[in-house]
Amino acid sequence: MGKLLAVVLVIIAIASAYPIVTHMFPLPVDISTHGHAIDEQLNDTMWEAGTSFVAAQLVLAFFVWSFTGRKEGAPLKNFPGGARVLIIAAFLLVGTEILALGVLGQKAWANVYFTPPQADAIQIQAQAEQFAFYFRYPGPDGKFGGLHPDKIDEGNQNYFGLDPENDVAARDDIVSGELVIPVNRQVHLLMHAKDVGHSFYVRELRIQQDFVPGLDLSLHFTATKIGKYEIVCTQLCGLGHYNMKAYLNVMSEPDYENWLKQQAGQ
Amino acid sequence: MTDGSVQQAHVHAPPQGFIRKYIFSLDHKIIGKQYYGLALIAVFTGMVLSWLMRIHMVWPTAKIPLLEHLSSAGAPGGIITPEYYLSLMTMHGTLMVFFVLTNAPFAAFGNYFLPIQIGAEDMAFPRFNMMSFWTTFLAWAVLMLAFFIPDGPPIAGWTSYAPLSAVGKDAGPGMEWGMSLWGLSIAIFCIASLLGALNFIATTLDLRAKGMTLMRMPLCTWAWFITSCIALLAFAVLLPACILLILDRHFGTSFYIPAGLVVSDRLQPHSGGSPLLWQHLFWFFGHPEVYIAILPSMGIVSHVLMNSLRKPLLSAKVVIYSMMSIGFLSYMVWGHHMFLSGMNPMSALAFSFPTLTITIPATVLTLIWLGSLYGSNLQINSASLFALGFISMFVAGGVSGFFLAQPSIDIYLHATYFVVGHFHMVMGVASLFGVFAGTYFWFPKMTGRMMNETLGKLHFWITFVGAYCIFMPFHYLGLIGNVRRYQSFVDDYMQPYLPVHKFMTIAALITGAAQFIFLYNLIYSRFKGKVAPINPWNATSLEWSIPSPPPWNNFGDKHPVVYHDPYQYGVKGSQGDFVMQDSPEQVVPASGD
Amino acid sequence: MSSTIATVNTQANALRPPQRASAQAALRYAAHERASTSGIWVGLFAITMSFAAFTSALFVREGTADWTHLALPSILYLNTLVLLASSITLECARRALYGNAITQDGETTNKAGTWVLVTLLLGLGFCAGQFRAWLELRAEGIYLATNPNSSFFYLLTFLHALHVLVGILVLVYLAGRLIASHRTLRRSLFQNTAIYWHFMAVLWVYLFLLCRTKL
Repeated sequence: MGKLLAVVLVIIAIASAYPIVTHMFPLPVDISTHGHAIDEQLNDTMWEAGTSFVAAQLVLAFFVWSFTGRKEGAPLKNFPGGARVLIIAAFLLVGTEILALGVLGQKAWANVYFTPPQADAIQIQAQAEQFAFYFRYPGPDGKFGGLHPDKIDEGNQNYFGLDPENDVAARDDIVSGELVIPVNRQVHLLMHAKDVGHSFYVRELRIQQDFVPGLDLSLHFTATKIGKYEIVCTQLCGLGHYNMKAYLNVMSEPDYENWLKQQAGQ
Repeated sequence: MTDGSVQQAHVHAPPQGFIRKYIFSLDHKIIGKQYYGLALIAVFTGMVLSWLMRIHMVWPTAKIPLLEHLSSAGAPGGIITPEYYLSLMTMHGTLMVFFVLTNAPFAAFGNYFLPIQIGAEDMAFPRFNMMSFWTTFLAWAVLMLAFFIPDGPPIAGWTSYAPLSAVGKDAGPGMEWGMSLWGLSIAIFCIASLLGALNFIATTLDLRAKGMTLMRMPLCTWAWFITSCIALLAFAVLLPACILLILDRHFGTSFYIPAGLVVSDRLQPHSGGSPLLWQHLFWFFGHPEVYIAILPSMGIVSHVLMNSLRKPLLSAKVVIYSMMSIGFLSYMVWGHHMFLSGMNPMSALAFSFPTLTITIPATVLTLIWLGSLYGSNLQINSASLFALGFISMFVAGGVSGFFLAQPSIDIYLHATYFVVGHFHMVMGVASLFGVFAGTYFWFPKMTGRMMNETLGKLHFWITFVGAYCIFMPFHYLGLIGNVRRYQSFVDDYMQPYLPVHKFMTIAALITGAAQFIFLYNLIYSRFKGKVAPINPWNATSLEWSIPSPPPWNNFGDKHPVVYHDPYQYGVKGSQGDFVMQDSPEQVVPASGD
Repeated sequence: MSSTIATVNTQANALRPPQRASAQAALRYAAHERASTSGIWVGLFAITMSFAAFTSALFVREGTADWTHLALPSILYLNTLVLLASSITLECARRALYGNAITQDGETTNKAGTWVLVTLLLGLGFCAGQFRAWLELRAEGIYLATNPNSSFFYLLTFLHALHVLVGILVLVYLAGRLIASHRTLRRSLFQNTAIYWHFMAVLWVYLFLLCRTKL
């Protein structure tokens, strides 16, 4: 039965690696400027992790095969070098590789989080609520109106709690259920949670960030391909969590300007 | 017992009467079995919950018989609603992490075997021990109550993030009394675990028999000891977290809830609180908790494996130090659950490095296990199959950690099925394999009968292959961005991958069904199994020197004296290729090794 | 404070360990004594960790806009003195119980028991004083949820008082053993209770300073 285990281990190792090696589950197209670094990191890690996984299963299989069902009185041996060799191997191989990944991976993280948004980034506010995303543009005056939670009125589509009567800056704010942005321009997304924790995730953008009630968080990114991409909520927020989504609509610059004008006209 | 002096010599009197013997027992062995029984109930409940979840995901209109009677709101006509899915999910996670993975490998086997393995008559504080089991039971009962209240169990997941968990019934169904019961249950569980950990630590430090130095303790004893140290600190932080949650929910405080939240059209009367505070406190507990789940299984597997190899592990000392380092490092990594939470991105790097570093002792352990196989005389039985399966599963689950430990990759993989695959592999499978290995190994000692080997092997094969079939695809789905905690997949990009979910569901149903083979084996063998010899595995540690099952005071009137460490395998002993710890005979190496 | 090794009531000396059946049993007894002391330290360590968690919650919370200032009721100073005095009286009990190794009789256990009684009364006084502090705050309209500062104050003082009450219950038991039944006390039982009780005083000084400087 030990031999059978060895064979099954080999089959499992190969079967597990197969979908990865044949790209059966490919990453979605990368439409961001910082995504390449993340994808590279992911691929490097897949090599490391994948090789470690397969190697370990094969070694386990080989040893189980070789050392089960031995004849009575077969001599016991110790692994050459004993524990010391293995400890050194662990430290050197795994230690350096993993720490290297960690050090190299810093750059991809830094790209997203340690560079400040550009001065001319388009500012858009995203509000996450049970169970929808809404996006607010400052409008022609370039200023966001204030948020007043007591003025929120879902029925009248005042999702953000704007007070246009008393707040001049709020009068021309554009509210949209879709995140419309121009291609190749940096967007600075200001994130506001209305009720509980949510999260903003666009696979193609390689971006994910929690909305934390009470915290002013923001993201900045640049989309490089025109198209419609799904925004999904990835922080459990209640019964409608699975259905909480919106679309990221990346348009050409002229189309974007047109859209803004249309929205402002309404 | 009328002789006062003899009575002085024992920790507690021999049990008399049914209640004292079997219900409110002070005997660590009964208490260990009680924990095991509770874990068994919890694991089958949790498994059924996972079936319901998976069936709902791939056959959403399926009518589940009897479910309507449990919750007419949650499953009208037997069809699970989206909110009930989340309730089932929350209870699944809570039951499995707390009542199975903390109870079975640690509280159950640890309680039963730690005192025996160190040569003690019982735990240091038998009364506290009994209290800690019954407090755990109370925590379980309080949690299960959530199923039977009209609004049902909470929907906030086992992690219960604030403010969703803190604002009360405005947050959604099950978030009023269901959520409160959860908070109460977990707070009670913390107290029970603290009492248990206290017992383990004091017992290990002070009640070792003559000759039983720390380094002569079996590896599983070491694992239980290290785990109890971790548990002491971890649960001591979860309890305050739960207290603050209860205060926010019922007493109007604002520890976790900031100002200006409008939930269900109601402006919440709180201000100034921090949702991140809950996350920090919870994960400061939560990360060590997962090591509490895995370390005992590592110890059990080391113990069982060595016996199956008929030779010592390459270096027991290294195994001990590796387990200690894992325990120590486990306290420095909690922020890796919070990379994207809005905490300072600098701290993400600070947490990433110790997370990556934990790979080193984990790899050392794996290489020691693998390296010890070399040149061994590997015996195959149900226990050793699960021990070997553990190694395979631990590697499978561990390597996905390489990805998640890096914040940049976590940007993409966070909250996807990749994470779910990772923790199910290490906790749901590997840790459980340790429990299975321990069960097959120690059943003869606990009951005096052998388990059925054929059924055991059948159980192994279906579970081993089945677990890979279920959980490997989780990782692939994560890579394409399959988001977790969704009751169904409405997103466009998910549609081509729905057949994968069906495959996983069917694998889960089959693998789950195989666990009933195990249950049957347990029950049947308990009454009808072959009578077990005192040491059926030719093992060295002290539990194999006493009758099966052991008498109430373990060693009778004998006071064990220990002469050797438990690694004397592959030597020329008077009974075979091993020498028991309490045997005064000298050890002669078997060959020039 | 935990395992139930019966102690034999001898005429000779209530302070010496009771008669042993064998050397083995003596070793076992000593091991259990050590274990109960380990137990108390481990337990105190857990309590420390919990209050450390509350402390960190305080530090997180004090950064927010609605953090204000809480004027602590002045009776807290008196309460502190009362609790510290109770530690002193417990040490007097210790001296009475173990100071004279040779003579032992009902008089000693009575004396020690009385000191323990005084200790627990002071402990009760402390708790009453804490309760009084809460009443004073309530009279000013400051309740648990009034502001974050008051939340922490009530929370920390309440939890501490709860732990003190547990200590008081044990002291009641000890006093009862010593006065009413003249029974002997395992050394570790007294020792561990004393460790716990003194820790409560140390913890209170810490919490008081924390509240004083941060709230």
